[in-house]
Amino acid sequence: MQEAMIKRAKELLADGSVDRVIGWKRGEFAYDMTPAVFTSAEELDSEFIFDDFTSANVSKYLVKETAKEGKILAFLKPCDTYSFNQLIKEHRIDRDKVYVIGIPGGPKLDIEKIKAKGITGILSVKNEDYTLKIETLYGEETMPFSEAILDKCASCKSKKHVVYDELIGEDGDVLDSNRFDMVEKLENMTAQERFDFWRDQLSKCIRCNACRNVCPACTCENCVFDNPKSGIDNKAPADSFEENMFHIIRAFHVAGRCTDCGECSRVCPQHIPLHLLNRKFIKDINELYGEYQAGADTTSRAPLNTYTKDDCEPSIVHERGVE
Amino acid sequence: MQVNENFEPVIVAFCCNWCSYAGADLSGTNRLNYPSNVKIIRVPCSCRVNPMFILRAFQKGADGVIICGCHPGDCHYTSGNYFTRRRITLLYSMLDFLGIERNRTRLEWVSAAEGAKFAATMEQFTADVKALGPNRRLEDLRCRKQ
Amino acid sequence: MLKISKSKLNELFDAVSAKQTLYIPADREAGAAEYRKYEKGMELTSELNTVRSAKDFFFPQTENLADFKIEGKTIEVKDVREECEDFVVFGVRACDARSFTILDKVFLCEPVDSFYKNRRDHGTVVTMACTRPSETCFCQTFGIDPTVPEGDAACFDDGENIFFKANNEKGQKFIDSVASLLEEGDTSKLDEVQAKTKAIMEKLPLAKLSTENFGGDKLNEYFSSDKWAELSQACLGCGTCTFVCPTCQCYDIKDFNTGHGIKRFRCWDSCMYSDFTKMAHGNPRLTQLERFRQRFMHKLVYFPANNDGEFGCVGCGRCLSKCPISMNIVKVMKALEVK
Repeated sequence: MQEAMIKRAKELLADGSVDRVIGWKRGEFAYDMTPAVFTSAEELDSEFIFDDFTSANVSKYLVKETAKEGKILAFLKPCDTYSFNQLIKEHRIDRDKVYVIGIPGGPKLDIEKIKAKGITGILSVKNEDYTLKIETLYGEETMPFSEAILDKCASCKSKKHVVYDELIGEDGDVLDSNRFDMVEKLENMTAQERFDFWRDQLSKCIRCNACRNVCPACTCENCVFDNPKSGIDNKAPADSFEENMFHIIRAFHVAGRCTDCGECSRVCPQHIPLHLLNRKFIKDINELYGEYQAGADTTSRAPLNTYTKDDCEPSIVHERGVE
Repeated sequence: MQVNENFEPVIVAFCCNWCSYAGADLSGTNRLNYPSNVKIIRVPCSCRVNPMFILRAFQKGADGVIICGCHPGDCHYTSGNYFTRRRITLLYSMLDFLGIERNRTRLEWVSAAEGAKFAATMEQFTADVKALGPNRRLEDLRCRKQ
Repeated sequence: MLKISKSKLNELFDAVSAKQTLYIPADREAGAAEYRKYEKGMELTSELNTVRSAKDFFFPQTENLADFKIEGKTIEVKDVREECEDFVVFGVRACDARSFTILDKVFLCEPVDSFYKNRRDHGTVVTMACTRPSETCFCQTFGIDPTVPEGDAACFDDGENIFFKANNEKGQKFIDSVASLLEEGDTSKLDEVQAKTKAIMEKLPLAKLSTENFGGDKLNEYFSSDKWAELSQACLGCGTCTFVCPTCQCYDIKDFNTGHGIKRFRCWDSCMYSDFTKMAHGNPRLTQLERFRQRFMHKLVYFPANNDGEFGCVGCGRCLSKCPISMNIVKVMKALEVK
């Protein structure tokens, strides 16, 4: 796959169709790829990489990239195309300046899950028939591929590319995923249990803002949490209230716009399952206002930008489920 | 749960200028009683209430927050309260998801003619919040009065 | 050397925690350890290091500095300094132990930060030698020997026993306080373990990383390097690297209105944030490139320039494993070095 991508990128660069290519760049280890922009065939040959660890969603970078001169080639996985579409819809990306090549998605691997098995000193990770052969400083280790899959890939919602100019590989379908299982499990707990669960999780927050900054839906020029005039620009969770507030508002602000790409949870240094907050909103929207998938198209109205006269009343929250 | 009889909750009521605030006014001119726990904040329309307002009310010491607006279809700005309805439904649902007591939040449509409904709503809501006791799950400890 | 069998380690923890607060690195979940206040039965983690660094003990993420009470035209200022009690931090790694030396240079030089000093005076740091370094480790680049850690007292693990060695008076006091549980032990196996660890250290992927091309005199060479644009290109501007870093020491001071007074507190700040260095006239660091450059120039050039050549990094590798886009000081050093 990597060869096919490099070949196609070089062709498009050579015939002048694009000026730049956004993809992933090789790192120091087997797993630390950095999103990068390439401008020459030599760079592509020596540094471009696409493998089981290139999980970063590059669509948000296109906001910045399409503000520049010239056209850029973007390799987008199915989940990335949803984010891309959503950004088009919000007029954040200039579609004419991007040439999108759809590439197959995951499942991608999570190095932290490999390390959580006590495997350390990792020198290389090879996937042989869905068994990972991991060469380490302390000898070779193996583990099943399935146990190292990124959470966001384990509950993949779609293998379909919702936007592309051309495809490498085949297009897939929207999947019947189990992504709301954990939300449902929490909904069925008592309020005290839910409170304890989230206190336990959110108290880990170090307010590094990685979840916000990586989010393709978070593209405000000046975030309310960075604006000294907002009165809530506190830089650290000085009180448990601020942990709650930050995460409620973060999730609320992308409600109806979040495509469920799962980047927030992937980048969290403290492994807080932040995507559950977003999924709760998505699940509520689906149940109360009809099925809606942000980023699936560029024309529909977002659920919070519209209404019907017979929408349910907020009291529905008080009436359903467990107290 | 044990109810502390001496506990007087702080209730913040966001009232839209055109209906609910006038409704509150009417309940006053009609000499109807409603609890003095209720602190009214006038907003131009119920959809002016940013989710942050609700959270910050809790932060600064509110034990319950209620939003009042024109009945659906009667919004002074035609559709503001329809947006309120969706937004606030999702927000309350999220607060519930985080384990915050459901009865601390409410939304009620009160027209300018419904002075009695305003007083009854506030009476009921205050009693509900009183039964819950002080807000502990969504409070900022720094703001607690010693 | 004095030792205790690993199976009896919890007895030692019980004895220490009976007299003063003890913190040990414990598992929060598989693969993620954090420092926790020791409670009976708590197990020492098998992880190499904690996700958050140990700097929290002396330089916590948020800290109240003063309270203001305003009544009429009078303002009452209240010192809210908490009485700090003696505490022990056990199991600190060599990298984090060195980070305290670096923080000391910042907070203990004139004018002394009394909040920091108070904690430092009351804390005893008991370090633990490393036996299984990770691929992200590069402490040796900064002259740290993880098999012989600094700290008030150091511990060494030979697989069956933990050996104790005091590095100073405070450490000796700690060892004396638990002396009844310790016994004299043979260190031949420990020497083997140390030799083995040293051999691994040489094979680490970053073993050859050197600071020889960095230091206080490299300002002009690197400041206007054209590499910064490429390096900072993907930076998200989040604060993960600075917040997991054991040596990042920038903070902000803020006032919080509680409704019945003002609380002045300080909290960690990050040079990666857009409002860092923001002043009345605006922000001199306009783009992520300048903010990104600041972080690495500070660690590799400005800090050694002001601190007798000491670098502002200890090679713990936290930023290597936690950066959302995997950009880090190692990649920066390697890119800048290429002429």
